[in-house]
Amino acid sequence: MSTRGREEPITRFELAISNILRIGVTASLVVLCIGLVLMFIHHPSYLESQADLQKLTSPRAAFPHTIKAVVSGIAAGHGQAVIALGLIMLIATPIVRVGASIVGFAVERDRAFVVITSLVLLILLASFFLGRVE
Amino acid sequence: MSPLEFTLSLAAISVAAGFLGAMIGLGGGIVIVPTLTLLYGIDIRYAIGASIVSVIATSSGAAAAYVRERLTNLRTAMLLELGTTTGAITGAFLSGLLHPHMLYLVFGAVMAITAIAMFKREEEAHGVTPHDPIADRLRLHGAFFDEASQSDVAYKVAHTRVGLLLMYVAGTLSGLLGIGSGVLKVPAMDLAMRMPIKVSTATSNLMIGVTAAASAGVYFSRGDIDPIIAAPVAIGVVIGATLGTRVMARTHNRVLRIVFVAVLLFVSVQMIWKGAR
Repeated sequence: MSTRGREEPITRFELAISNILRIGVTASLVVLCIGLVLMFIHHPSYLESQADLQKLTSPRAAFPHTIKAVVSGIAAGHGQAVIALGLIMLIATPIVRVGASIVGFAVERDRAFVVITSLVLLILLASFFLGRVE
Repeated sequence: MSPLEFTLSLAAISVAAGFLGAMIGLGGGIVIVPTLTLLYGIDIRYAIGASIVSVIATSSGAAAAYVRERLTNLRTAMLLELGTTTGAITGAFLSGLLHPHMLYLVFGAVMAITAIAMFKREEEAHGVTPHDPIADRLRLHGAFFDEASQSDVAYKVAHTRVGLLLMYVAGTLSGLLGIGSGVLKVPAMDLAMRMPIKVSTATSNLMIGVTAAASAGVYFSRGDIDPIIAAPVAIGVVIGATLGTRVMARTHNRVLRIVFVAVLLFVSVQMIWKGAR
C-alpha cells in the first residue's frame, strides 16, 4: 500500500507480525488442501455419493481429534488427519503471533508490554489446560 | 449432495463470509453458522466448531494485511487482549451455570442499542478526544493513511480502562454464548475508545483470532471440528478475507459504519429471537 504521507516506515516488529500471520495461514491452507485432495483420492466415491456426505458430517462421525490420533492418521496417509494437522497449524498461528510479540517487545525494551503480552500468552495456555479438565 | 459438491459450495459461500468479516472486523461466523445449520443441515456443534476455525482464518488472513498497512493498532490490541482472554476463561467457567435464554435477550437488546449508538456517532471524532493518561503512558495513540479519503489521520485513544472492561465482557459473552466477539469489540473501540472506524475494525480483526484460539483447542479435542466441514470453510474464508482487505482500504468510513450497523441489527434480532423462543 502507499507510504505517501506516513511519518515513519513500517517497523521490523510490525513486519514480523504480519509475516508470521501470513506464513501461518498460507502453510495451514496448503496442508488443508493436501488433506482434502488425499481424502478424495482415497475415496473416489466422495465425488458423487450422497450417503458418504451423511456419514462424514453426522454427529457420530469419526475423525481424529487428539494429537496422537492425528499423528497416527498422517502416518497411515489419511486425508482427514492431514486436514486436522492443517487445522492445528491454523489454531497455533495467533498463539505463535503472541509469542513473537513478546520477543519483539523485549527487543524494543518495552517492559510494560513484555509483561502484558506474556500474561496474554499465559492466559491462552491456561485456557487450553482448563479445557482439557472438563 | 456429494462430499465434493459440499466442499466446493461451502468454500464458495465461505469466501463471502471472509470478505465481510475482513471488511468490518468480524470473523465470518455470522454467515457460517446459519449457512451450515439452515442451508446444509449440519449439527450445531460442528457449525460452531467450523465458525471458530473461520474466525481464526479470517483474523490471521485479514490482520496480516492490516498490520502491514499500519492500520491495526498493535499496542492497543495486545493490551485489550488481556481483557478478552480473561473474559473467555470466565465465560467458559460460567457456561452451564447461567441460563442462556436470558443472556440472549439481554445481549440482543444491548446490540440493538449499540447499533443505534454507532449509527448516530459522527463520521470521525469531531471535537476533542478525552485525555487518557494510561493511553499516553502506554503509547497507544496512532496514525494511519486512509486510502479512501487520501489523507493522513492521527488519532488518540481514550477510556482505556472502560475499553478493557468492555473487552472482558465481550470475551465472557463470547465464551458463554459461542458467538463471535467482533460484534462487541468494534463498537467498544469505536464508541468508548474513540478510535477511527477503520482502525477499530482492523484492530478487532487481529484480536478475534486470539479469542477464538483460546476456545478452539477445547472444541478440537471435544471432536467438534469436523475436517470435511472446517477445511473448505477455512480455505474460502482466507480467500475472501484477502479480497476484503483490499476493498476495505478504498471504502469510505460511512459505508463501513452502515454495513456494520446492519450486521449488528441482524445479529440482535437473531439473539432476541433465540432468547424469546
